[in-house]
Amino acid sequence: MISKAQVSHVAKLARLEFNETELENFTSQLDKIVEFVDQLEAVDTTGVEPTTHISNAINVFREDVPQKEATRTELLKNVPEQADGLIRVPAIIEKEEGE
Amino acid sequence: MNYFDEDIASLHEKLVHKEITVRQLVEATFEQIEAKDEKINAFVTLNKAAALEKADALDAKGIDEATILAGIPLAIKDNIVTKGLRTTASSHILDNFEPVYNATVMDKLDAKDTITVGKTNLDEFAMGGSTETSYFGVTRNPWQLDKVPGGSSGGSAAAVAAGEVIAALGTDTGGSIRQPAAFNGIFGIKPTYGRVSRWGLMAFGSSLDQIGVLSRSVKDSALVLNAISGQDAHDGTSIDTAVPDFTAALGQSVKGMKIAVPKEYMGEGIDPDIVAAVKAAIATFEKLGATVDEVTLPYTKYAVPAYYIIASSEASSNLQRYDGIRYGFRAKDVHSLDDVYIKSRSEGFGDEVKRRIMLGTFSLSAGYYDAYFKKAAQVRTLIKQDFEKIFETHDLILGPTTPTPAYGIGEKITDPVTMYLNDILTIPANLAGIPAASMPAGFSKAGLPIGVQLMAKTLNETAIFTAADAFEKATTFHKQVPEFKGGQN
Repeated sequence: MISKAQVSHVAKLARLEFNETELENFTSQLDKIVEFVDQLEAVDTTGVEPTTHISNAINVFREDVPQKEATRTELLKNVPEQADGLIRVPAIIEKEEGE
Repeated sequence: MNYFDEDIASLHEKLVHKEITVRQLVEATFEQIEAKDEKINAFVTLNKAAALEKADALDAKGIDEATILAGIPLAIKDNIVTKGLRTTASSHILDNFEPVYNATVMDKLDAKDTITVGKTNLDEFAMGGSTETSYFGVTRNPWQLDKVPGGSSGGSAAAVAAGEVIAALGTDTGGSIRQPAAFNGIFGIKPTYGRVSRWGLMAFGSSLDQIGVLSRSVKDSALVLNAISGQDAHDGTSIDTAVPDFTAALGQSVKGMKIAVPKEYMGEGIDPDIVAAVKAAIATFEKLGATVDEVTLPYTKYAVPAYYIIASSEASSNLQRYDGIRYGFRAKDVHSLDDVYIKSRSEGFGDEVKRRIMLGTFSLSAGYYDAYFKKAAQVRTLIKQDFEKIFETHDLILGPTTPTPAYGIGEKITDPVTMYLNDILTIPANLAGIPAASMPAGFSKAGLPIGVQLMAKTLNETAIFTAADAFEKATTFHKQVPEFKGGQN
């Protein structure tokens, strides 16, 4: 059984937030999905290597040569908030008393 | 101009001999889109001005006999980035995103002088099988407007089936080219993992995603796949091997070809009309001189749960980049950096994307990794070995593409597990990385298209093209035209 507390914890890891109704829905849906995927328990995988990629490549190297593929203006084109050619975000460090 | 009476070769002939200009072809394409798309909603964004400009440039220099794709209008799924042309993945979080670079497939098509007419609708971030999770509304099935077109490449499939374009690019992570091809009565191929560069494809499940083609004729898919295949320095998983001319596989005999039909693909849960169509396809291939045997893929029933863990885990990692900082939607009235992330993601993603991110984050989280992600990756090995064994003795695997024909809009969207089970026949090919295609193979009693799936071993797209082309020449299913039955529901 997946609990609401577990779902809240996972949501925090994933940088998502849910209101109470959404939390109820996601908990019951995820519970069903997890119950469904739990059928893998029935498969004997003793000694079976996991497959995490299916490319035939092992390591692909290239020379570390600087390349210029886009201008600063292009790269900033989709930035939602910016100023003076920089990306703008809310303050990261909270102000201390008396500062 | 009517796309139902044409293929790329016939259009090319007309362009070369100036029976039509590229501008006329592009204008005719937009006339089709403007007449039909209000019924089916296959496109998210149209590219009319740029398409006409490119048409004029091509007319000015003339279409050369040797460049068969030059001047051919194509539709592109909206999770493939197109420089200067809005690319949304059908998500609110990217609804204002204008890429500053091209996907490798777009550069390759540009080199062949194709014309991009627009970006087609999909399930948000390609997560779904019906286009119902798109932020831009559902696409409707041109055969019957109250049915889904399938997904996630539902817009591409519906646009081709409706005669709005001759061919389209799609992407396939768990069946997203083949299932909509089946639901719309057209051909669709997912090539071998690594055959086509994924650079510029918005990542969903990186070990599963592959770009492919949808078209009415087998030959048109071969022509487009020729153009987009090949190793790419920008994608380390693209395969370093020569790309054959896929059109050379056409017109070949299937005599002596060994075809395997897995009994797990023909059992419980498969609609009787679909079983009948698959049996008829088997009979056609036997008549053409192929031999058909029943085989077993014993781990088939574990493919769906293994896939949903693997694909969701990869998605939860890939979708971390959507944080409201560098591009895409940023939530208003946020006062801390963490809030930018949390509010932008919570307001920007739809529910299905959130479900996958949640399942993936859970599967990868401390204490659950071994039981979920690692277990699924081990089951993936067993599924892959199932296929390798069959391909030691057989050239192709044949079976249905989907358990049922297109279902009603709204019918399954509220029950994720039922929706996921619908992918049982297409997911195994992605887990194994093998090429697979769906070809038109009949109609249900209700008049909806049925697809038959062909799968081959890694890098053997040629066997699929040979068999699908022979089947197309022996049947008339691909010549049927949708009638836009029924109204809005």
